[in-house]
Amino acid sequence: MAKDDTHAYRLIGTRPNRPDGLDKVTGRARYGADMALPGMLHAAVLRSPHAHARITRIDTSRAEALAGVKAVITRADLATGQSGEDWNLTENTLAGEVALYDGHAVAAVAATSKFIAQDALALIDVEYEVLPHLIDVDDAIRPDAIALRPGSADASVPDGSPANVVKQIEFGHGDLDAGFAAADLVREGRYLTEATHQGYIEPHACVAQLGADGKGEMWVCTQGQWYIRKMCAAVLGLEAAQLRVTPSEIGGGFGGKTTIFAEPLALALSRKAGGRPVKLVMSRSEVLRATGPTASASMDVKIGMKRDGTITAALCDFRMQGGAFPGAPVDMALFCALAPYKLDAVKCIGQDVLANRPKAAAYRAPGAPMGAFAVESLIDEMAQELGLDPLEVRLKNAVREGDKSSYGPTFGSIGLVEVLEAVKAHPNLSAPLGPNQGRGIASGYWFNHGGETSVTVAVSEDGGATVSVGTPDIGGSRASIALMVAETFGIGYDDVRVNVVETGALGVNEPTHGSRATFASGKAAVISAKAAISEMCRRAAADWGIEPEAVEWIDGAAVPAGPNAGQFPPLTMAEIAAKMGETGGPISGHHEVTAEGVGASFGAHVVDVEVDSETGKVTILRYLVVQDAGTAIHPAYVEGQYQGGAVQGIGWALNEEYVYGRDGRLQNTVFLDYRIPVASDLPMIDTVIVEVPNPGHPYGVRGVGETGITPPLPAIANAVAAATGVRLRHLPMSPPKVLAALKARG
Amino acid sequence: MSKVHVSATVNGDPVEFLADPRESLLDCLRDHLGLTGTKEGCGTGDCGACSVLVDGTLLCACLVLGVEAEGKTIGTIEGLAQGHELHPLQRAFIDHAALQCGFCTPGILVASKALLDQNPDPTEEQVRFWLAGNLCRCTGYDKIVRAVMDAAAEIRGA
Repeated sequence: MAKDDTHAYRLIGTRPNRPDGLDKVTGRARYGADMALPGMLHAAVLRSPHAHARITRIDTSRAEALAGVKAVITRADLATGQSGEDWNLTENTLAGEVALYDGHAVAAVAATSKFIAQDALALIDVEYEVLPHLIDVDDAIRPDAIALRPGSADASVPDGSPANVVKQIEFGHGDLDAGFAAADLVREGRYLTEATHQGYIEPHACVAQLGADGKGEMWVCTQGQWYIRKMCAAVLGLEAAQLRVTPSEIGGGFGGKTTIFAEPLALALSRKAGGRPVKLVMSRSEVLRATGPTASASMDVKIGMKRDGTITAALCDFRMQGGAFPGAPVDMALFCALAPYKLDAVKCIGQDVLANRPKAAAYRAPGAPMGAFAVESLIDEMAQELGLDPLEVRLKNAVREGDKSSYGPTFGSIGLVEVLEAVKAHPNLSAPLGPNQGRGIASGYWFNHGGETSVTVAVSEDGGATVSVGTPDIGGSRASIALMVAETFGIGYDDVRVNVVETGALGVNEPTHGSRATFASGKAAVISAKAAISEMCRRAAADWGIEPEAVEWIDGAAVPAGPNAGQFPPLTMAEIAAKMGETGGPISGHHEVTAEGVGASFGAHVVDVEVDSETGKVTILRYLVVQDAGTAIHPAYVEGQYQGGAVQGIGWALNEEYVYGRDGRLQNTVFLDYRIPVASDLPMIDTVIVEVPNPGHPYGVRGVGETGITPPLPAIANAVAAATGVRLRHLPMSPPKVLAALKARG
Repeated sequence: MSKVHVSATVNGDPVEFLADPRESLLDCLRDHLGLTGTKEGCGTGDCGACSVLVDGTLLCACLVLGVEAEGKTIGTIEGLAQGHELHPLQRAFIDHAALQCGFCTPGILVASKALLDQNPDPTEEQVRFWLAGNLCRCTGYDKIVRAVMDAAAEIRGA
């Protein structure tokens, strides 16, 4: 339950208006495409129409001759000689010898208008030799499959593995055979999920400028300005320090804006056009064809269970394709899949597989929703077969503090049992169900993340505070960080301003990813504020002529620590700040760290569905999200993360998928065809915020962004099974698939 | 292609601009008039981020040509507040935390105002179906629907 009124805190747990709210309801907030500069050119990108094709000739001379065209670039304009992920990023930015997927960029143009740039694309002559392609992950590991990129497997792949396996992971503990032998019921199944896109509403956009001296600037919508800087520098052969990257407001990211796509093209075009700024804005179809998406997965799970529901052993064997480059999140899928269960015997094997699709990017809890779909579906099925309550089976096997996790580390403070007990107590569990209706439950897990973090908190002349953070605000982190800093100083929420700053203003920060902004930037901001408080206490001590240790900070003011320290009236933050110029200079606190003390987070969802037996359409009737936040700093935005994660999961479960034709081209490249959930698809999304504080954060924060997308896929599949008696093991559960399954049932 | 001179009224003010005949009203608002509050999410009329009112009709500005604005009265997000006085919908969106990234918010506010102008007392279902053309990827719509219902009640004086 949201304990808004039961915290010992003054501000934390309250729901003030977000600082950027006014800008965002009036249209004033400036996003990636809202920037214009004097002399600015406009870019357009030529993309491969083939899933896999050798580029035998590329001639840009006719495009260059078009009036108004100022630069045309091909792969020859990017850096050479990189290796590893830098090479992958370069290859993905512009195809070299081979176009690796439909939509792979092959050239780009900058011109004096958008129309001229687009017209120029038609004047670039490219000759392709079309090659056979691979789209499906299981097809890509067949013995007769063509090798897409020979030599790209790393040392983890055993000799004799299929040609397109580029990474293999294997881990586990305990005696698997003994575990299965001890089971009363052993079941296994294969589960398939299709690629989906993050679906942020703001397409990628930037304005970039780069001179022949290697100095450049960029305005860009991104989750991480330092990542953009580092990656662009690598792709263009620049010094990172010479690039200044300023993040715009960001219109959603969900992991998809933690990396580069077209940004280096804008810089390279600017450099070739004599340093004029270049604006590059992707269309929606470019976003769907060439950015994002997540991996598709083929997953085998085998589980052993005793009659009382105790799980005795579990085996996961997952394959994921993450496009034409290494990086499918099969490792994280396996780490999270069995995390809610205390297991004595477990083994996980995963393969990262290449296919002719766009390079996968992170998508909210990367990999975890797929793994949860496989494991949580099978556990539900086995509970039903044994006549057990699926919630009780989850409680019986739930991990607690001190348990060894399925992926190795021992859990610290966690809140899974508290989450499941809160589910049990919720009225949605006793809501009556009608014909063709069913209820499903599933658990989910995400590690959360700390990461490189650098924050400065500066005391202003009037006793307020300016906080500089490097994590772009996607869902209200300015508000949560302002609440924590104000709480720490003992000043008002409105006395704090949180700015998301450019790369020149702080040390390196990782992006807003891994549910880390409120955890890591928040923690560093609190430590910075405490450093500023120490300095203010020192100034007060000097003023009073006593030792700094004899001063303490209470309710926004320095006070003598007890009667022995002397009798002095409190010196408020505003009073100390007003004199700081003459008492030693500006006062600020700064903290930078690779943040530790991360608190992992569990959640459980309960969904009621109705299945239309004539059309196969699944309607969500009721939806409940229960999740451990640690501490909910701003409960309204915590609820928002829970609701948003659940609805992205609903889309993934019921509708969303990348659809490829036999020619290997993506067929649904607009929102009409790549249909994400709309308001009329949904009921209200009920939430319960469980708070088991994280001891690794000064106010107990765990991070809330990602766990919420992990349970929906299996929760909905379990509800459909309960409603129809039919178990769907291949997402999405779109009407044609559901209808076919109902017909097969008879 | 030679440009066309267009005169229109935007948010109550007379405006003039030169439009390439291929340019959308959305591009004209953003690039020629500096009204960047109206957003492009798709360019195909599927996401509603560019919702505007043209002679009182709710439209996607990406599906209207700039030259079609000749003589028309256009309302955008920048015209919703009266000076410092926010529209009740704007206040409700802030109060209810009905935005996360905020990118779809201008379009949803313009679309919601069009709903309340014609139906001051919508049911939850009516709000959901009216806003079905406005995609939001962050919120799951829960707080958006509550904010619209709440603003409607406030405007009715309920």
